[in-house]
Amino acid sequence: MLASMTDVAVPVPAAAPEAPPRPDFEIVPLRGIPIVGAVLVALVAAILANKLWALEFFHVAAGGLWTSFDLFLGFVLGPILGRLAIPARVELTTRLMPKLLLIMPTLVTCTLASGWQLGRLLGTVESGYVNHSWIVASYIVVGVMAVIALAVLEPANVAVLFELKKPRPDPQIIGGLMKRFIYTAGITGAMQVATLIIMTKIATG
Amino acid sequence: MSERRLPPVTELGVVSMALIVAGGITIAASLPGDVALGLPVALLAASALVMVANVVALARAPGFNRAAFFGVAKWALLAYCVIAGILWFVFVHDGTRGGVLAVLTLSLVVFAIHVPLLIGFTVARYQ
Repeated sequence: MLASMTDVAVPVPAAAPEAPPRPDFEIVPLRGIPIVGAVLVALVAAILANKLWALEFFHVAAGGLWTSFDLFLGFVLGPILGRLAIPARVELTTRLMPKLLLIMPTLVTCTLASGWQLGRLLGTVESGYVNHSWIVASYIVVGVMAVIALAVLEPANVAVLFELKKPRPDPQIIGGLMKRFIYTAGITGAMQVATLIIMTKIATG
Repeated sequence: MSERRLPPVTELGVVSMALIVAGGITIAASLPGDVALGLPVALLAASALVMVANVVALARAPGFNRAAFFGVAKWALLAYCVIAGILWFVFVHDGTRGGVLAVLTLSLVVFAIHVPLLIGFTVARYQ
């Protein structure tokens, strides 16, 4: 998959053919930033308080949403997006992706930070824990997802939005970047199935 | 459509991130006992080296839109500094100290620099 990624700069033609119409949009929805800030402040407060319920809430709620988003994007919306007509794809992308730019990093940060603190509180991250190998497996799964999401998926997501902001977006560039988005969303979706298996095993002992 | 070659920034970024993640997993899997830092330090050094190679290659790339790169990367850097800062806070709050904290801190620094670099690069190449 990585070999198929482009490694060239593609100058946009003076007049890109068949440029799809697109609605005006913000690449990062500024109205959402205070909400993200409030969630992160609450996360830090939960970690400082070190209370089981608060940490459990953040880990389960954020982790559940992260898993659901990845499964939905990877196996439901991704394949649909790939088959939509270009104008419909552009319309959906300009409404969905800016929100994902705020939602996904927030969910991942909340899940990982509260999860580590929860593990320290319960002793599940210690090497003597009975299911330690399952915990290490979860680190590996999260690590693979992090590399794919941060190094491939998110840059493609942002680049699509910048392309769509142009007066004449290039359908070829958008198509290539969307393909990256759809494939990587599928891979992270599959990794989330492993997360579900590992987390339910750890929760049941 | 004419095309100009650019260094394999994304591919190198994937390698660098994978090395950092492997180092982090090695440390996390050994806690809270004595952590052998040899492997994590080697992985961190290799990751940082790849990142420096990426930065140098990008700085030398002819025709690369640096204004667009910095315009995007600076905001991404701000966002990822916040994320790395929260993760660092968790480690410090848990009492992580010494060599382990140093390796984790430097790993977060590489993470907080490399992700914005990849985002800025992916956007700027099409500008």
